[in-house]
Amino acid sequence: MSTPVARSTGANAMIGLAFVFAGMALVVPMVLIFSFAFREGLTAYLGAILQPDTLHAIFLTVLTALIVVPINMVVGVALAWLVTRFTFRGQQLLVAIIELPAAISPIVAGIVYLFLYGNQGLLGPILQPLGLQVMFTPLAIVLVSLFVTAPYVARELVPLMRQQGTDDEEAALSLGANGWQMFFHVTLPNIRWGLVYGAVLTNARVMGEFGAVSVVSGSIRGQTNTLPLQINLLFNDFNIAGSFAAASTLALIAVLTLVLKSALEAWEQK
Amino acid sequence: MHKLIFSTFAALALSSVPVLAQPTDILNASYDIARELFEAENAAYTTTGATVTVNQSHAGSSAQARAILEGLQADIVTFNQVTDIEKLVEGGYVSADWASEFPDNAAPFYSFPSFLVRAGNPKNIADWGDLANEGVQVIFPNPKTSGNGRYTYLAARAWATEEYAGDEAKIEEFLTKLFANVPVFETGGRAATTAFTERQLGDVLVTFEAETLAVVKQLGADKYQAVVPSVSFLSEFPVAIVDKVVDARGSRELAKAYLDFLFTPEGQEIAAANFHRPQDESVAAAHASTFPEVRLVTVEDAFGGWEKVTSEHFADGGLLDKVFVNQ
Repeated sequence: MSTPVARSTGANAMIGLAFVFAGMALVVPMVLIFSFAFREGLTAYLGAILQPDTLHAIFLTVLTALIVVPINMVVGVALAWLVTRFTFRGQQLLVAIIELPAAISPIVAGIVYLFLYGNQGLLGPILQPLGLQVMFTPLAIVLVSLFVTAPYVARELVPLMRQQGTDDEEAALSLGANGWQMFFHVTLPNIRWGLVYGAVLTNARVMGEFGAVSVVSGSIRGQTNTLPLQINLLFNDFNIAGSFAAASTLALIAVLTLVLKSALEAWEQK
Repeated sequence: MHKLIFSTFAALALSSVPVLAQPTDILNASYDIARELFEAENAAYTTTGATVTVNQSHAGSSAQARAILEGLQADIVTFNQVTDIEKLVEGGYVSADWASEFPDNAAPFYSFPSFLVRAGNPKNIADWGDLANEGVQVIFPNPKTSGNGRYTYLAARAWATEEYAGDEAKIEEFLTKLFANVPVFETGGRAATTAFTERQLGDVLVTFEAETLAVVKQLGADKYQAVVPSVSFLSEFPVAIVDKVVDARGSRELAKAYLDFLFTPEGQEIAAANFHRPQDESVAAAHASTFPEVRLVTVEDAFGGWEKVTSEHFADGGLLDKVFVNQ
């Protein structure tokens, strides 16, 4: 066995290989997106982004994330709490059900919603006479995004909360804290990183979701096109510069989310 | 928090409810490769003094028909398939006499399956027969999912029926070879175009003449050239008002005025400039250099109407399935 300081050539080679792989598979495509986006200069880039339909797609994508992420954070914490702090019949079944949206293909999720809210579906014929149109509106995009990202927060929290156990919370209760005090002063601080990470994953998936959203969106330009749909549309319109400009915006938002998370972590450790 | 969530939801739901006041916008549900055409038509329409906003939704014609049946609030449809409008008639969304509501069978313009080859035409593609040659790779969308692909199948069959004097065995042999020459069947017209241009797949792309001419214009005559076959299949692009939607929204007048515009000389001019053949004879004459003479067979003459085509060719186990072996 080698000493901790001197690494073998084999180990160095492996590390080098990891860097090469990360470079080829992750860094090069990211650099390419941005270089393609700016290929025709900053003015062309801004022109592509400020195009009303693309601006609206950015707005709709951010709005969807702002609605979906908080809801799924609350639901995720509640679900994780339920399955780790209580024992009840069907507990394993519930854990499996939470996982379901992550296991099924997004296109299936989209079609399920179409069958649920479409005019030929289950609830559509009831909603239609009331003048409530769900399908092919931003509401359908929000609903289907809620569905596909439902597991992410709970998935992060369940193993964490199982591992942490209930000791801290029992101590808080025995010292006279009420339920909410215990939750906000003990449970939440313990799980905060899992929660933040779950939220980051949820956000990334909501903003990037293509398959499920494409089924329920109706792809009306300037109304129900999210950023991934808009990128696809611009690409198919032979508007390569425009599609890469939109793609780089989506990538930029994702990078910003990660930077924000890292900044939070760094700030926390001070 | 709950109140906030609820009110956001309520706002989202309400924003999607048809408003009772006179609407100022209409939605055009259209087929895949018509985006540029209708952007141009909309821009021209506003110069006539119309204040309406025409929103656009584009996807495969059949997919759009399905979306409308599921609740897509489209005021008008501009499709590339009569059969897709018939689906809306069956669903009670469009009145049965839609074809007589506008001139020319409610089809303001038409096109037909034609060829796009790489510059210099290295495989010497001139007519349908060349597409079945060994070593020729052909790209066209899947006839199961795309109207464009169905027109291609019908055009090839119409040519073969004449060529082999109706000998069904020879026709099917030709079609089987043609389909075997297709390396990948894309689901829509535009996807087939990008496979041919961006991914450089195939020696010849079969798609609407409108698309072949647009590609030559966009990507350069030094890279691609359009080839018109000896005979092809008339592909009329019908339009219709979605009665159920316009009656609910009170947008019938807006919808009708917009569709009427497509039949005016201005509307026809835009169509011709975007490589769709216009019905208006004087506009067609003005663009004669763009559109070479071609002999087109109609669905009635060659196949006895759309209903017969659907049941004989495109139904499960129909004639298409006999030659579409590598699907």
